[in-house]
Amino acid sequence: MLSKKQARAFFLGGTVVTFLIFIGLTVYSLSKAQDQTHSENITEAVIRGKHIWEKNNCMGCHTLFGEGAYYAPELTKVIERRGEAYVKGVLMSPVPWQINGRKMVAYNMSEADALDVVEFFKWAGNVDLNGFEHVVSPLAKEKIEANN
Amino acid sequence: MKYKTQKIAYWFWALSMLLLVLQITYGFIMGFARIGMDGLHEFIPFNTARAVHTNLLVVWLLSGFMGAAYYIIPEEAQRDLVRPKLAFLQLISLALVGVTAIIGYHFNWWEGRKFLEIPRPLDWLVVFNVLLFLGLILWTLFTGKRRTTTALVLSMGLLFAALLYLPGMIDFDSQTLDSFFRWWVVHLWVEGVWELIMGGILSFLLIKLTGVDREVIEKWLYVIVGLTFLSGILGTGHHYYYIGVNKIWLIVGGIFSALEPLAFLAMALFAVNMYRKGEKSHPNKIALYWTLGSAILSFVGAGLLGFAHTLPQVNLYTHGTLVTAMHGHLAFWGAYGMIVLAIMSYALPNLTGRKLYDTAGARLAFWLSNIGLLGMTIAFGVAGVAQTYLERRFKMEFMQVQNEIKVHFIVLILMATLFAIGITYYIIQFVKYGLPNDEALEAETN
Repeated sequence: MLSKKQARAFFLGGTVVTFLIFIGLTVYSLSKAQDQTHSENITEAVIRGKHIWEKNNCMGCHTLFGEGAYYAPELTKVIERRGEAYVKGVLMSPVPWQINGRKMVAYNMSEADALDVVEFFKWAGNVDLNGFEHVVSPLAKEKIEANN
Repeated sequence: MKYKTQKIAYWFWALSMLLLVLQITYGFIMGFARIGMDGLHEFIPFNTARAVHTNLLVVWLLSGFMGAAYYIIPEEAQRDLVRPKLAFLQLISLALVGVTAIIGYHFNWWEGRKFLEIPRPLDWLVVFNVLLFLGLILWTLFTGKRRTTTALVLSMGLLFAALLYLPGMIDFDSQTLDSFFRWWVVHLWVEGVWELIMGGILSFLLIKLTGVDREVIEKWLYVIVGLTFLSGILGTGHHYYYIGVNKIWLIVGGIFSALEPLAFLAMALFAVNMYRKGEKSHPNKIALYWTLGSAILSFVGAGLLGFAHTLPQVNLYTHGTLVTAMHGHLAFWGAYGMIVLAIMSYALPNLTGRKLYDTAGARLAFWLSNIGLLGMTIAFGVAGVAQTYLERRFKMEFMQVQNEIKVHFIVLILMATLFAIGITYYIIQFVKYGLPNDEALEAETN
């Protein structure tokens, strides 16, 4: 029968080994050769857009890469799906954007800020998400092509 | 109660109860917004309500864990807490961080990163707070008469939880990297080190309530926390499937997160077996209900419902839908909410000297909150599965789908009402116990 000492060795050994593997995999998957995000395209405008995205807690309603709050649409492919002008219009609206009855906060953004957010979405739209980008609703390019 | 300084726990739990009430209130605001009743939108838009709801969850649980540590560590170490006045300072700073953060969220003062919305200046106050807490706990533990496995596991969980807060404070330009390290905090907390805290509290409660030998209970505690880390650390990979990192995580995350239910299954079997082996003579039956309930529901909520959407083939479709909310609600409730309520139910009679455990109110609190939360889980589950099919398989537009599944949120609100009534009963009991007092030093059942 297992002794307390053996049980402790199992705990400590298992933890150390899996933690080391985890660190190894992290280093490997974040290495330059494995980059799926086109990190070279992260421009100043994309970074400013990301800050605006965070400052307004957009993730508190929307999702991006499937992460967020499921109250408002997924935005991974939003530029392909809606086009730049539409997205800018939503962000610059002085009254709450309201579609099918669900209200968005009226951000009343300047054109420059809205453009930065658009650049952020464009970068996000080109990240290789291991297939999720083709599933996430509503389908962007594929759906538009199917409809035509 | 064996040591006067254990009374500090009471004040942390009182803060917990207050924050839980607020958390539920903001949950209702979100539930009503989902069925179109968003009259508060101008003052409390959904993203504010959501940040408040999830952050209050974290803070009330942490406050509950800290209370548990202040109760358990002196008893395990067989000495009074060192510097009890500093513990009150720590309580005040914790309440200050919580309240300031929540008010800030109403004025767009946040970081906008799911679960870690607390703005940077407040993060440093969190660091100060946690360091002070750990200092007091570890100092007490290492100057005590004995160092038990239960106390070590609990303290180790709290220490790692503090260390793991740090990766969340690193700034990244890439959303993918941001997300990657955000999960180091969130996942490794709730599916890693928090389970150590839960295991430590569970072990303490089982030793006290069942009378089974400490050596037996603590041996299995090691096995359980061993299984937790063995599966949970690499199980982090299930958050990396679709955020823009290598496919290797589909395999690693898939395999190891599929093993995660084993730790919870072991926890449930452990608790039930210890109960069956035990004397069954402890009068505080309601504390036993909460303890066994926590072990069993954490297996259902965190283990089974987590497994239901953790395989990459399934998660490809359910990722970013309400299926996650289904799993999240029962997992947090079973594993962490209930264990905090369990230790409180056990400790309050000892702290106050009033034996109010065998009352109708205490039983109603248990049953109504649990039935309510299970009902909420089912409502979220049905909404989530419907959403997954309509959106991801039939390619319907997001808002069209939201209108289709609105009805499930009416069920959610009804079930949440039942849950809230249960919690109200719990808080009434809490108030009825009154304040902790030194006379209770001799009145303890154990």
